Amino acid sequence: MSELLRLDGVACIRGDRLLFENLSLALAPGDALWLRGPNGAGKSSLIRLAAGLLHAAAGTVERRGRCALIDEASALDAELPLRRALDFWARVDTVDGHAVDRAMTAMAMAPLSEVPVAMLSTGQRKRAAMVRVIASGASIWLLDEPANGMDDAAQGRLMAAIAAHRTNGGAVLLASHFALGIADLAELDMGALA
Amino acid sequence: MTTLLALFWRDLKRAWGSGALWLPVLFFLLVATAFPFAVGPDAPLLRRAGGGMVWVAALLAALLPIDRLVRPDRDAGVLDQLAVRGIADEVIAAVKILGHAIAFGLPLMIALFPAAALLAQDAARVEVLATGIAIAIPALASLAVLSAALTAGLKGGSAIGGLLVLPLAVPLLIFGAGMLDPSGRGAMKLLAATSLLLTMIGPFAAGAAMRGLRE
Repeated sequence: MSELLRLDGVACIRGDRLLFENLSLALAPGDALWLRGPNGAGKSSLIRLAAGLLHAAAGTVERRGRCALIDEASALDAELPLRRALDFWARVDTVDGHAVDRAMTAMAMAPLSEVPVAMLSTGQRKRAAMVRVIASGASIWLLDEPANGMDDAAQGRLMAAIAAHRTNGGAVLLASHFALGIADLAELDMGALA
Repeated sequence: MTTLLALFWRDLKRAWGSGALWLPVLFFLLVATAFPFAVGPDAPLLRRAGGGMVWVAALLAALLPIDRLVRPDRDAGVLDQLAVRGIADEVIAAVKILGHAIAFGLPLMIALFPAAALLAQDAARVEVLATGIAIAIPALASLAVLSAALTAGLKGGSAIGGLLVLPLAVPLLIFGAGMLDPSGRGAMKLLAATSLLLTMIGPFAAGAAMRGLRE
């Protein structure tokens, strides 16, 4: 398969509610897909399915290459300075410090290196999570509401990072309840599936 | 390998950075200090009962930090991020058990000596106690991580956590304290066998519990 991510006939059940069924999608290198829809439509569940964190009730999920995920939890140790919290994930992902440096610059987080994660605002924490995603070197980005809490400038940097990732042959699956203004973006309306 | 080392160091640093190094040890010493006050300063009685008391205190001390072994990582999304990277839950649990065994076991071994002195244990009995507790530490860590994983999804889970694993720890207590009995020759081997079994079960049981947290 040439796609990085392929979902075939996938169904998702949460609790005893069927969120969606018979959903198929494929992301080739350079592709990006925007999952849109109202709260509770199953955007986050689909992202977690794609990440392998949830099991599909039916259908198959195939991934080729590594995944990087953003969800509502930042997974950065609150008591550590930002840079050291990010360095932990760099070691887990076995990437070197330069990758983190470049990602910090891309998201304009370098001035906040020494600030404890607990002191960061919501938007800054999202940017920090984005630094982890960029630095990870993963080819599949799964971004669940990545722009929540971000100001316009940070959203611009996010768009630039996504564009650069696609140019480098990566794929992006993005869940957001509002339009982010990304060029050449496929859409999947989760609200219409229910 | 780098990944697992990073995980291990993080667990160790978080344990020692959060004061968790001192809490179980202080608790352990507190029990050893309080016990002579409760039973009176009768040296032969203290010597006879003190060894068992050390074992009870060590077991309870191991269960003291279960609140922060798995739940914070789950709430912060760290477990999810590790799962996305394809690291098996069993491996994460094994690293956590090793981390807890060292973070809690090393200071406990050091605290054992003043505690034994407070309980009027002589050199020969201290040696037996130290050997037994060193053998039991991996199993105690394994049980602590298991109960932490089982209760991470529950509110007020730490109280239930203790109840969950205490029955499993009873063989450790029996054989460990049994080593102090002059007729308890085989107790050390039985303790080692029990410890090995509990240590081996831990990663798989805790890993399954951590997987269950995601569903």
